[in-house]
Amino acid sequence: MRAPRLSTLAPISAALLAAAFGSVFFYAPVDADQGFVQKIFYVHVPMAIVALSGFVAGGVMGIMYLRTRDRRWDLRGYVAIHLSIIFGVGVLLTGSIWARASWGHWWVWDEPTLVSFLIVFLLFCTYQPLRFAIEDPERQARYAAVFAVLGGAFVPLNFLAVRLAQAYTHPRVLGATGGSMPGGMRLTFLLCLGAVALLFVTLCALELTTKRAAGRLRRLDRSRAVDVPAGPRPASVPHRRPAARALR
Amino acid sequence: MPALPLDEAGRYVAAAYVVFVVLIVVYVAMMATKLTRIERRLAALEDDPAEPRR
Repeated sequence: MRAPRLSTLAPISAALLAAAFGSVFFYAPVDADQGFVQKIFYVHVPMAIVALSGFVAGGVMGIMYLRTRDRRWDLRGYVAIHLSIIFGVGVLLTGSIWARASWGHWWVWDEPTLVSFLIVFLLFCTYQPLRFAIEDPERQARYAAVFAVLGGAFVPLNFLAVRLAQAYTHPRVLGATGGSMPGGMRLTFLLCLGAVALLFVTLCALELTTKRAAGRLRRLDRSRAVDVPAGPRPASVPHRRPAARALR
Repeated sequence: MPALPLDEAGRYVAAAYVVFVVLIVVYVAMMATKLTRIERRLAALEDDPAEPRR
């Protein structure tokens, strides 16, 4: 299956995001309890769902890598986790802003939803140092895949643990009844969720394109370094170590 | 807590959406710069007559 082209994904993603944010401010009703500040919900919750799904997707790609030893799965898993961390930063920042506006505090330590998200986020923040602490590309990919699988499995367990918690201030969005949102709010929320998910896919495609181009450049550089005849090295050909480089 | 008045709530909402937009714009700008640099180097290497044929 061919991956969708970046030039196709980017405009669709931008248009969907514009439509979603337009409906947040011009279509969705103002919340009777929280008022206008509830509009933060439409950017905060979709980002949280997409970031957590990205961590799980990274775990699934880790399994695929361990099964097939195909480096493309390793690259996809790396990109999914990298982007999920960036979205996670967005979740924590927008959540803090919303908490300050709604609860009067930037952060509440005894709230299971907030703390559990922070734990998952910090767990995956250690993925990159772990990965780049290993020189050998094969070992790097293998260890990173194992980490991604364990971390990815931790996400749904964490979600269930929070659901079982009795006391929470943080509102539930995805309940057994589908939440208590009226139709306009629900439609806007689903539109925002779709737009943020498509944005995630588009950004993944952008980073994958960059990583593949960087890989091609490294291979080309290496083949030139190997094929240059003995003698003085031309100034245009940089000296490279012959060993395979790990993903950076 | 009672709902904030619109002028105060508006600042928080604007801040949250600005955070989102800034994160995405900074990320896309960094990736696009990196990709452009790599593609320029790739084009230079491929156009170089010293490049061995494979």
